[in-house]
Amino acid sequence: MRRLLHLNSVHKIFNEDTPDEKIGLSNINLKLEPGDFVTVIGSNGAGKSTLMNVISGVLFPDAGEIRIKGKNILSLPEHKRSRFIGRVFQDPMAGTAPTMTIEENLAMAYARNKRRTLRRGITKRSRDFFQEAVKSLHLGLENRFTAKVGLLSGGERQALSLLMATFTEPDILLLDEHTAALDPSRAALITKLTKQIVAEHGLTTMMVTHNMQQAIDLGNRLIMMDKGQIILDVDEVNKRSLTVESLLNEFQRIRGEKMASDRALLS
Amino acid sequence: MFALFSALESGVIYAIMALGVYLSFRILDFPDLTVDGSFVTGAAISAGLIVHGQSPFIATLAGMLAGFIAGCFTGILHTKGKINPLLSGILMMIALYSINLRIMEQRSNVPLLGEGTIFSITTSYWQKLGLDSMLNQLFTAIGLGDSLPKTWGIFIVMAIVTLLIKWAADWFLKTEIGLALRATGDNKRMIRSFSANTDGLTVLGLGLSNALVAFAGALIAQYGGFADVGMGIGMIIIGLASVIIGEALFGTKSIARATLAVVLGAVVYRIIIAFALQIEFFETGDLKLITALIVVCSLILPKLLEARKEQARKTKRKLTNGKSMDRKGEEIAASKLGS
Ligand SMILES: Nc1ncnc2c1ncn2[C@@H]1O[C@H](COP(=O)(O)OP(=O)(O)OP(=O)(O)O)[C@@H](O)[C@H]1O
Ligand SMILES: [Mg+2]
Repeated sequence: MRRLLHLNSVHKIFNEDTPDEKIGLSNINLKLEPGDFVTVIGSNGAGKSTLMNVISGVLFPDAGEIRIKGKNILSLPEHKRSRFIGRVFQDPMAGTAPTMTIEENLAMAYARNKRRTLRRGITKRSRDFFQEAVKSLHLGLENRFTAKVGLLSGGERQALSLLMATFTEPDILLLDEHTAALDPSRAALITKLTKQIVAEHGLTTMMVTHNMQQAIDLGNRLIMMDKGQIILDVDEVNKRSLTVESLLNEFQRIRGEKMASDRALLS
Repeated sequence: MFALFSALESGVIYAIMALGVYLSFRILDFPDLTVDGSFVTGAAISAGLIVHGQSPFIATLAGMLAGFIAGCFTGILHTKGKINPLLSGILMMIALYSINLRIMEQRSNVPLLGEGTIFSITTSYWQKLGLDSMLNQLFTAIGLGDSLPKTWGIFIVMAIVTLLIKWAADWFLKTEIGLALRATGDNKRMIRSFSANTDGLTVLGLGLSNALVAFAGALIAQYGGFADVGMGIGMIIIGLASVIIGEALFGTKSIARATLAVVLGAVVYRIIIAFALQIEFFETGDLKLITALIVVCSLILPKLLEARKEQARKTKRKLTNGKSMDRKGEEIAASKLGS
């Protein structure tokens, strides 16, 4: 069976040959099967966002190849990859257009894997579909369809972003700390929705988080990154017995040092 | 009553230019200075073609097309050349100055005296309808007899054309492409993550914007009877003034409302200018200064009004709080209110 996502010796170095040289990714090899839900942890600067960015096309790797469903996607620019890659960003403001209405935002997301034309952006039929989709969030947004998204709270915007990123069933869903900017109760809500939506559509997902407990609770696989490398890859069976404690110990064993992330310890 | 009617006439023509500026400034969030050049390009091409015997309609469309191309170039400078928006526009504006002179065969002015224009053609049709005398009788009857024009043709035809363009813009901005265009001005990162090519949309948006600007330039040349290489100076500020005045007076609740506001803003701007020029002190050369002042005022006034409202609200709150306190508090509140 063909791998859904396959990264083969991917390297990325920032500001190469300058004093600011930083390793973003070094020799990343990663294979995801369809339906995999991988949580990604690692200290600040470990390269988690860089990994997301080379997959989504925001950054181009210096070497290596990236395949989705067997097709090399490195020649595709970011906007063409977004036809089959869904994303939710850390910043709740980043995933929606604030001066446009809820239904207009949904319509733009819905058009992602079609060619955009001069047809009406919102039709009666699509509006009904959007209504149904938004109802599943249980936030009452279906009653505020013509409100501008800029008026929504951060949590509501992030829930909407999540819906917009997923309801066209992308091949792969990339979540980069998408609950990090929210207060605990909102974060819990978005986590719950993420679980629900990913399960419902059977989406192949990569989720970056600093919350170790969350990383353990969600998904069927966990990877830990450090200094641009994947240093630990836990499969479904072993993941069941993981604890925060054992993860930290594991890090110390591999690296011979304590994990340098206050945020990770806190959570 | 001086030039009120011609202010209305030119206002509805300049409204098309203002809609173009609205498209770049507000929808795309791109302060595009190409406008000063593309306005003249539209005028120069249409005047040149008319003088060489082309039909005024074809000449006007050609002007519009040239504006579209100019806008696309600005967009390409910005998106592919990674040049900042203001600089891209200024570069294109300067380049267009020379190009416009070439189009005008190195003359700074191309007169259209005695040539057939869109307006001479449409008004001749209009006059056959015989509605002028009817309208004039109507306005005389309600006591406005002394400010009547020779013909209503230009105003009515242009009002229809401008409203059609406004309607087309409203429609376009609600299509799939239109939504993506608006999102490009609103949140590029977001719409790229939904597979829109923001570079392409920026180029398209600037093209359309400058097509409208050049269209207005072509019409103004035919309305005024000449194309002049300097007629575009400060056009961007006039466009901006129209947008800001319109938005302040008529609101921006929806797209349809905002575009209507821009059209009306362009007319109001012309009326303000007409009144200003009535004042003895001002001369025609002061026009740009007046425009700059209008823009400054319309940018600052709403903020001042908002601040005053806020102040009034605070005073009121203090007053109501004061009542529940002792007499002294009441006195303080009262004295605050009085001051
Ligand atoms: N555009 C860039 N230019 C230069 N250096 C960069 C760039 N993006 C990331 N880096 C560097 O690459 C390294 C990895 O960064 P990355 O953002 O991937 O970390 P991260 O794991 O997402 O960290 P965090 O948990 O703080 O989000 C860091 O050292 C960072 O400074
Ligand atoms: Mg990061």
